[in-house]
Amino acid sequence: MIRSITRQKTPEEISGLLEPFTKIFIVGCGTCTTMARTGGQPEVVRMAKSLQEAGKEITGTMMIPVACDELTHEALEENKQAIAGADVLLIMTCAFGVQTIALHFMDKPVVPALDTLFIGKEKQPGTFDEICIQCGECVLGETGGICPVAGCHKGLVNGPCGGTDKGKCEVDAKKDCVWTLIYNKLEALGSLDVMRRYQDPKNYHVEPQPGKVLIPFEERSEEDGTQP
Amino acid sequence: MARSLKEALNSGKFVVTSEIGPPKGTNLEPMIHHIDLLKDKVDALNLTDHQSSVMRFPSLGSALIVKERGGEPILQMTCRDRNRLALQADLMFAYTRGIRNVLCLTGDSTVVGDHKAAKGVFDIDSCQLLRTIRQLESGKDMGDNELDGNVEFYAGAIVTPEADPPGPQLIKFEKKVAAGAEFIQTQAIYDLDNFRRFMDFAGKFNVKILAGIVLLVSARMAKFMNGNVPGIFVPQALIDELAGAPKGTALKKGIEIAGRMVRQIKEENMCAGVHIMAIGKEEVVPEILEIAGIS
Repeated sequence: MIRSITRQKTPEEISGLLEPFTKIFIVGCGTCTTMARTGGQPEVVRMAKSLQEAGKEITGTMMIPVACDELTHEALEENKQAIAGADVLLIMTCAFGVQTIALHFMDKPVVPALDTLFIGKEKQPGTFDEICIQCGECVLGETGGICPVAGCHKGLVNGPCGGTDKGKCEVDAKKDCVWTLIYNKLEALGSLDVMRRYQDPKNYHVEPQPGKVLIPFEERSEEDGTQP
Repeated sequence: MARSLKEALNSGKFVVTSEIGPPKGTNLEPMIHHIDLLKDKVDALNLTDHQSSVMRFPSLGSALIVKERGGEPILQMTCRDRNRLALQADLMFAYTRGIRNVLCLTGDSTVVGDHKAAKGVFDIDSCQLLRTIRQLESGKDMGDNELDGNVEFYAGAIVTPEADPPGPQLIKFEKKVAAGAEFIQTQAIYDLDNFRRFMDFAGKFNVKILAGIVLLVSARMAKFMNGNVPGIFVPQALIDELAGAPKGTALKKGIEIAGRMVRQIKEENMCAGVHIMAIGKEEVVPEILEIAGIS
């Protein structure tokens, strides 16, 4: 499953961001940040405790099942009372959740407690890997189904750089050199010639940032709510 | 320099190139001293491009100085700091100032350098940069737009003969040659048996190979390189030789080892020449050449 991978900001940064505020309402998320152990129930409880010890007043906490979901608006409405008493919302979700919540409250400041690192996959329990960066020009058909655009630090599409060493990356020996993985896969498939093919420079604006896709008018329906 | 790198490599003589590291700052005196010392002793001088992602005086500016002093520069260009517009513009500028040799590199990550938070560009890679040069030579830019005046370069690339595993690296080598590399300067090699095996493969391609010689200054440096530099293998015998040198003479021993290797590569005609990287000790390159019997 796709996961938004996050890391908690340092206590110093969080306390700096909360400096102007006294009354705080904390929001956690039951999906990705729970799995990554950055914004689940235990982390929310710990955060509330440490902020109380620092002299802040916690007006309440809540766990939203999936903070980036549209149902978040309903969940927030249910907690309107406790939220109304707070100066600020401290959000322990990924940036998708932070923005969903910020959209809901036009009159309430939000402070993110986490940094969103990448959109990844939990390959095995406790291990999250970045395997797609949504480049808009999928190369998986020529790389044995392993993505070098996401998996290579430099996003190289024509093979490894000179920094590859013993199958690992020059920036971090814990990270695989994706081109060793691709080579091994293509070798097993008997199609190393595919790797010998020259790949043109990528188009970095297949969908110019900020991405926006509109379903064509004729494909819209009342049933799924896309009818304008 | 009487002749270009291309002429030297096509003449069949044993070619020697060396490397100049531009300064951190605007005091150009030490670099100019090294250029003047080496420009007539080697066939061409490489100018490194923020080597190891450490910000320095630019390779393009340094190449112009080599040109001014009467030397033959090899402009090193990485894809780390410039997108395709900037790379093409710098290639056109270099051409108009008389620079004819370009070494195309992908470049180290900014994460390993001294500006770790910098954005690495990598809009294109080394293979694509080689193709870009060939495209600009055809009178068109990467966007297929007509140029009013084209460029002409002798284009090169690098390879790591000791890469582990070797397979992916050798395919990249093939792709660089196919993309237009006319000469190759290798990463440092120390084991000549391994290098001979590499040449059994690389010698089949239509490209001139210059064996990379990095000066070892101590047994400690050799061990450090084995443990920390990708694609470097210093055999134990060389480490022992350096360690056994009397106190204060390790550098002398390193110079002797480098000179001996160059001599052997030349005598056995293993490849087109050598690329000597003395990394901050440029002043000893003439000594290496003397020991090698080249001067």
